Amino acid sequence: MDVTVIAESSENGLHPVTAQLVGAAVAIGGAPTVLCAGGWGVEDAVSISGVAKVISVVGDCFGSFDGGAWAEALSSASGGDVIIAAATPAGREIAATIAAIRGIPIVQDVTGLAPGISVTRPIYSGKAIESSTVGTPCAITVRANAFDAAGEDGSAEVSTVNQSADVAVAVREAIAKASERLDVAEADIIISGGRGMGDPANFSHLEEIADIIGAAVGASRAAVDTWDEIPHGMQVGQTGKTVTPSLYIAVGISGAIQHLAGMRTSKYIVAINKDPDAPIFGVADYGIVATWEDALPALKAELGKL
Amino acid sequence: MTIAVLLKQVPDTTSKISVSGGRVDESAVSKWSMSPYDEYALESALQLKESGGGDVVAITCGPARAAKMLTDAAAVGADSLLHVLVEDLNALDSTQVQAILAAAVSHCSAQVVFCGKQAADTNAGSTGPGVAHLMGASCVTMVSEVASEGDSFTAMRASSGGDQRVAVSAPCLFAFDKGTTELRRPNVRGIMMAKKKVAETLGASDLGVDTSASSVSVDSHSPPPEKPPGQRFEGVDSVAVVVSKLRDEANVI
Repeated sequence: MDVTVIAESSENGLHPVTAQLVGAAVAIGGAPTVLCAGGWGVEDAVSISGVAKVISVVGDCFGSFDGGAWAEALSSASGGDVIIAAATPAGREIAATIAAIRGIPIVQDVTGLAPGISVTRPIYSGKAIESSTVGTPCAITVRANAFDAAGEDGSAEVSTVNQSADVAVAVREAIAKASERLDVAEADIIISGGRGMGDPANFSHLEEIADIIGAAVGASRAAVDTWDEIPHGMQVGQTGKTVTPSLYIAVGISGAIQHLAGMRTSKYIVAINKDPDAPIFGVADYGIVATWEDALPALKAELGKL
Repeated sequence: MTIAVLLKQVPDTTSKISVSGGRVDESAVSKWSMSPYDEYALESALQLKESGGGDVVAITCGPARAAKMLTDAAAVGADSLLHVLVEDLNALDSTQVQAILAAAVSHCSAQVVFCGKQAADTNAGSTGPGVAHLMGASCVTMVSEVASEGDSFTAMRASSGGDQRVAVSAPCLFAFDKGTTELRRPNVRGIMMAKKKVAETLGASDLGVDTSASSVSVDSHSPPPEKPPGQRFEGVDSVAVVVSKLRDEANVI
């Protein structure tokens, strides 16, 4: 099986999810070729176990993001039977465009892979699971944390390809993020608040706890729709972000079906809610029936002791 | 200027999804709605039309029940409607869906396309970039708003480093994330007018697309794995217990 992995990388280097993409490639019997757009992350990509070779694709088009141009530049090196990318916004766009350029199908946001190729993926934001068989050649994007990362004892060869493409999307203005907080899509621990928090100012209690344990702060749709101060970027759920952290702490979130769809695959879920009948308790590994006013100071104190 | 808006009818996000006989039971879906991200695309197209003129054509590819969604789009201001009738979208792979929609856009002579960043059923996000490639258009995803500047467009998009304002020229496609605007509600006049609006209905073969050979076949659907019941605690004193369990039992902190 000839597999090409599109590395998730940026000027900040290689994103750790790339080792998971290699893990996914190995699951279908491939020793993948890893493509590093813009040459970013090459140093780290070579040491991922199981990688056959690393291709650094460099060109002017990688100066700013234009998924169409990046896909065109990467597609010349994206041969083979299967292309694997991360199911991030950029990964999805690049992989979908490469698939369209090559005229091959794409299956997005895959959580299970077996030779054949059999894929499983959540649909309806996790309300059901779909198993399908995909012919080759094909493109696949892989959800973060769904596959074990490959090890770090590789020593692949690197080659460099100069390949650019015409950029059609011109960046006029970059607006810095309002906060330097971790994005829920990136975080391994998330603490989210719902409308039960009563007031957007009370999210500061969640932020204090997030700072102690290195968590991102998320929110339910109800909180985002009710309060302008809570931006959509924080929303976890079917019309927000689907997340799979190691630990998800839901505070004052009743657990509407569309919120559960976005977080139910978290490894461990803690729910804090004063309503013992709240649906969130149905998916919680550890449920605490208490008001947030009581529970959060105690949680902060206990976590501070660790 | 004609703006084509690609719409998909999906189970409402508040609907339960049930599986029977290894397939999602569509007959058990309580409510079908326009996919939420497509709603943002439609609202943005209507606003652009109001500020810069032009026509909005609503396009869908789907079964007969999707006609209702096109009527809903007409009720809020879509000028014309195109329904590519495909009874089972699950039987098509991404290349076929994209070929149908790109041909539909071309059929409407549209150079500007708005769509959702992904549909709320498949959650894939392949259609926008794929259709853009097939029509030779620039593609901007994760868009929250679009403005026109003569023959070119500026869009706000989300990126990992923060928001960016970008500029593109037609032909171009914008795939919308949730923005600040909600889809307007129809007024009575809009609803009455929409009832008289007839959608043009075509088959995939009318657009020259072969829907016979999908290279993705769905084997089965299943409900999400049941979680074993969790542990329940009462009161603030249990916080310390849960924290110790997170450390020693779950090993996540």
